[in-house]
Amino acid sequence: MEAISRLVAELDAADQKAAQAAIGAGFAYGLAAIGPGVGIGYVVGKAIEAMARQPEAAGMVRTTMFLGIAFTEALALIGFVVFILLGL
Amino acid sequence: MLALEFPPINEVIRWRDLFTSFNKISLIAVLAALIGSLIFILAARSDATKSPRGVRNLAEMIVEFVENNIVMQTIGRDGLRWTPFLTSLFIFIYLCNLPGIIPIFQMPATARMAIPLFLAVVVWLIYNVVGMISQGPVHYFKGIMFPPGVPKPIYLLLTPIELVSTIIIRPFSLAIRLFANMLAGHMLLVTFALLSEALFQATTKKFILVPMGILPMFMLLFLTLFEVLVGFLQAYIFTILTSVFIAGAMHPEH
Repeated sequence: MEAISRLVAELDAADQKAAQAAIGAGFAYGLAAIGPGVGIGYVVGKAIEAMARQPEAAGMVRTTMFLGIAFTEALALIGFVVFILLGL
Repeated sequence: MLALEFPPINEVIRWRDLFTSFNKISLIAVLAALIGSLIFILAARSDATKSPRGVRNLAEMIVEFVENNIVMQTIGRDGLRWTPFLTSLFIFIYLCNLPGIIPIFQMPATARMAIPLFLAVVVWLIYNVVGMISQGPVHYFKGIMFPPGVPKPIYLLLTPIELVSTIIIRPFSLAIRLFANMLAGHMLLVTFALLSEALFQATTKKFILVPMGILPMFMLLFLTLFEVLVGFLQAYIFTILTSVFIAGAMHPEH
């Protein structure tokens, strides 16, 4: 962190702004990925547990699992879009 | 060390016009529509009295997949008349996603916002109109804004959230989910392709770098395989969410 700020301090104004945007974008994506990462892990883990307990309901569980993943994943994807908008 | 410069986003996803306002993305979208229609037209023209062969097998497999895994799981038996719409949606999105991994094309048409947003707007119109027709406009909006079985004071909080999420956020999250997934996959492929190219062409004294280029190349192969899965999965998820929205508009919560 310190090394990054020392590097940033050496740049001129325009480059400094770009560097700060890039750092912000990196943090935006990194932070946005934490919650959905935990969430998707939880959804899939529980779905696998349910499928193992009741293999005949696997089709229904899989459909619902994909729905859950899709809703959870949206947050991470918004983070990714912000990352593109800020960083590039 | 390495002169590795990631190209600006415009170079990665923008293509020169083939002719006025018609670029590679449009070409892929048009091809996807044509190929999708061709499969089903050819299948429909084959003899229905004999056992299915060739392209008819493929078409029957697709329709059966949509019926069993999407319509029956979400809407139920009375949703079977939505199968044609959902099948064409699924096939179109899948064929738009697939060029992301086909050489020469190397670009999923859904990695630009235009196609996902248009499809999401179509879906938004359809589920709202279906809701208004099958429940009546007043009952439909009442069902959205005041879901039953909630204590009265909660409505103060719940009504604005439900209204905004159903009317505004739903189509956007539907579009952004497809768009961002395909764009992320495309960027990953670009990143690893650039990395292995830069390593193969490295001109330093440490020529250990040149054989190191194998590593990102294997990652690229693996990611290409992964993209096959993602392209299918995103088409599936888009279709199943459409189907869930239609189901929610047809049968209100009790």
